[in-house]
Amino acid sequence: MDKPKSNFFAPFKGIKYMIQKPVTIRVPEEEREAQKRYRGFHTNDWEECIGCGTCADICPTDAINMEKVPDYDAPEGEKDERPVIDYGRCCFCGFCVDICTTGSLKMSKDYIYMDEDADTFLYIPDEEGLNKNYPKEGYERNEDTDLLDLERIAMRYTKSKKRKDSFLEYVKGFSKEEAKREAARCVECGICTDRCPAHMDIPEYINTIWDDNLEEGVEWMYETNPLPNICGRVCTHKCEDVCTISHRGEPIAIRWLKRYIVDNAPEDVYEEVVLSNVSKEGEGSIAIIGAGPAGLSAAYYLRTIGYDVDIYEKEELAGGVMRYGIPRYRLPDEAIDKDILFIEKIGVNIHRNTKVGKDIKFSKLREKHDVVFISTGFMEPRHLKIKGSDHPDVVAAMDFLPKVRDFVRDKKQMPEVAEKVVVIGGGDVAYDVGRSVARLQNIKYGKVDVTLTALEKKEDLPAGEDEIQEGKEEGLEIYPASGPVEIIIENDEIKGLKTAECIALFDDKGNFNPKLNKDNTEIHEASQVFISIGQAPNYDYLPDNIKEELEFKGPQIKINEKTHQTSMDWLFAGGDIVNGPDIINGVADGHNAAKAIDDYIRSNK
Amino acid sequence: MKEVKLFHGPNHPGMHGNFSVHLTVDGDTVKKAKPNPGMLHRGFEKLMERRLWMSNIALIPRVCVPEPDINETVYSMAVEKIEELEVPERAKYLRVIILELARIAVHMMSIGGIGGPTGVYTAPNWALNERDMILDIFEKITGHRIYHMYIVPGGVRQDINEEILEFIENTINDIESRLKDYYEIIFESPIIHKRLKGTAPLTKEQALDWGVTGPGLRSTGVKYDVRKKFPYLVYDKLDFDIPIAEESDAYTRLYLKYLEVKQSIKIIRQVLSDIPKGKVRNKLMGTALKWKIKEGEAYGKVESSRGEFGYYIVSTGGRYPYRIQVRGASYPQGLYGIEAGLPGTRLEDVSIWLDTMGVCSPEVDR
Repeated sequence: MDKPKSNFFAPFKGIKYMIQKPVTIRVPEEEREAQKRYRGFHTNDWEECIGCGTCADICPTDAINMEKVPDYDAPEGEKDERPVIDYGRCCFCGFCVDICTTGSLKMSKDYIYMDEDADTFLYIPDEEGLNKNYPKEGYERNEDTDLLDLERIAMRYTKSKKRKDSFLEYVKGFSKEEAKREAARCVECGICTDRCPAHMDIPEYINTIWDDNLEEGVEWMYETNPLPNICGRVCTHKCEDVCTISHRGEPIAIRWLKRYIVDNAPEDVYEEVVLSNVSKEGEGSIAIIGAGPAGLSAAYYLRTIGYDVDIYEKEELAGGVMRYGIPRYRLPDEAIDKDILFIEKIGVNIHRNTKVGKDIKFSKLREKHDVVFISTGFMEPRHLKIKGSDHPDVVAAMDFLPKVRDFVRDKKQMPEVAEKVVVIGGGDVAYDVGRSVARLQNIKYGKVDVTLTALEKKEDLPAGEDEIQEGKEEGLEIYPASGPVEIIIENDEIKGLKTAECIALFDDKGNFNPKLNKDNTEIHEASQVFISIGQAPNYDYLPDNIKEELEFKGPQIKINEKTHQTSMDWLFAGGDIVNGPDIINGVADGHNAAKAIDDYIRSNK
Repeated sequence: MKEVKLFHGPNHPGMHGNFSVHLTVDGDTVKKAKPNPGMLHRGFEKLMERRLWMSNIALIPRVCVPEPDINETVYSMAVEKIEELEVPERAKYLRVIILELARIAVHMMSIGGIGGPTGVYTAPNWALNERDMILDIFEKITGHRIYHMYIVPGGVRQDINEEILEFIENTINDIESRLKDYYEIIFESPIIHKRLKGTAPLTKEQALDWGVTGPGLRSTGVKYDVRKKFPYLVYDKLDFDIPIAEESDAYTRLYLKYLEVKQSIKIIRQVLSDIPKGKVRNKLMGTALKWKIKEGEAYGKVESSRGEFGYYIVSTGGRYPYRIQVRGASYPQGLYGIEAGLPGTRLEDVSIWLDTMGVCSPEVDR
């Protein structure tokens, strides 16, 4: 290596810089604008922000805290908290912006702030920025910097061609790898827990999949829901509607993850977890009428406290609407059996084929037990009163669906279905009817001709998106915004359904009162009409004196919301006969009622 | 004469960072030297065990303030090795740009920095300008000047556009045009010749014995550079030389850094013309809050401005690292070297010794 030689004059060559322009900037007289991607002080759009707290979770310096906004009543799917940033700790890494689930949190180019008061460095980002005058946007999240995984793992289904005449379960469930990938997308914000009627610990059980600890997953689920096999298949998943990931991507498949845990947790682990939940604390005896979601849920939680629980079920099999309403391709018997098996294993007595009022008197129950809980559900059809609706070929959904399940269990004859069928209704039950009819038609005639008519507009259909999509795949045709006017009968045979355009569902006062445009009608040809416009309760098991004492609001029983008691302190009620409209609400109701019954028995000791 | 104990640093103009050396001097000659770390200790290795794999990216640049990118790189490289995560080709080129720019910035600061202990104060002011120009590039690419948090497991955080590529080219052309001035004002300066030549000598045996790498080892005639010996990223595709010298003193070591700046400029020019198009990041499974790295261990190492720099990472398959060991490039000379090498040096040369040996205090202390 040749090293430079010493040169006496060399240093003087630096003198030329004396006549050059200085490179420094005179701050603060001169302002220097930061570069485009600069990670400066934060801004946050409060309208967009949902307070999920993911920014605080990723923050490497614990600079972000979520604080409650005073006097703010957060709507569903949102928390009443907003991030507060401590600029004494913030390192401006921008990970909070990268992971922000809604995209409300951003960074500006603003980077100078001075104040004598140290408290002002605790800053609640808003749209104006820390210096209140800085609209210039700096660092932005993009596809590369994004720290969320926005794409849902697709569920595998049996193809519509194969499932068209089969009542076998068509949702195949996640494999281990798929479940883990899906579980890894969750940010554990807990907004789903707030939304779930049963307040299931969703982030916690999703975590157990990611951590390969399904035993704990089962534990977490039984904390709030003793019917995970059932809910893992047919829950209306309100949680997914509010999932924070859905703001920028597809929501986590919470329902399928729940199903994954219960399908894959080893049987012995399952048993250990469920059986270990039972204590011997409670002393008392409870009668439950109806082994549906609410009844089973109440029974489970009461039994875990130690009470003696007897369920009286009029049907041959327990499960209520789950057993006799929902078709088998969505909810197989094995899933229902598994959940009920564990409830029985912990010591709940289910008296099947025992109709209260007929096989056992209501007064006897009152004598035998300290408390009676009624949860008999909405198992009767609601009738439609239009011209021709009294024809024998007009079939109610709740009369038809149990027959289909019985047929699938190879017990009874195939229910009658015509070649051309119209179903009145656009909810989940209407789709259950339509899709069951389609399967039966395929078996009988080798083709499908099912038309659904719904009052609601296409975008407002009450049925779940999956149902609508899968129904379409199976050949169902839907006519939204069509109100039934008349069932056309010729020579004592149904010829079709006449519908009129539905202009409005509610009147000026907000009451349900569909308005039809009779000038715009349509005729749907069919020789059989199914009606699925809702269900109704049946209180014939209650003695008249009890019925007289009970208070009703419409078809439902009025209870004290806190204590779950009816107007009689020993009579509790829950499920569809109190609050609707689905299984998970029933489970929640049963759980809350169990707590209330426990309080009642303890306070009366 | 009686021996006197002196505290060299942390408040001493010749000291880099919060670090001090306890000197026992007899007259002007150092008899005994003892490094006294601890003032910068933040327990990085322990802190890393309690942070998510992604969150660590914001923490580790602080292990070396002037050259933070090497931390991000070795961390990412080790994680990628354990996880068998592919890095897109474009990201590798981008990483090289960042690493070489950082090398230029550090070397320029070191070359100018010699003005401190030798009294040639023009040079440090100029050199800080060069460094700031590079920080402008960093700000454009990464959004920040000092702690970039740009290199992440699986690639880099953001792509760059043609405008930024052009800006980099213009800036390095600009810096290169002024290198001649440093040559004249520093390397031809009679004062520098007098003060540095023969000062703070280092033998090959000493360097190998202590574990010194980088310009320190190369100045003793050993041609060891991680970029050539164990090529990482795309260094095997690039044409550059490793300058070495036979006899190591403060002057040689400083001059080697000057030559390395020229090589880095050469590397960046090649990268700018060869950089392929494509994606810049492959991500791990799920959201960053849930990232897990497979069970395993790996060592990621790069050639930093001060020598071999590496992270040894052990993962037990969880969301947090199980253990991370940092091999600071200046650790050997900063701890053992000071004790073994400083005695015999004159008091006024202690700063020169520390400066040209490249002792980076946060790296020793971490």
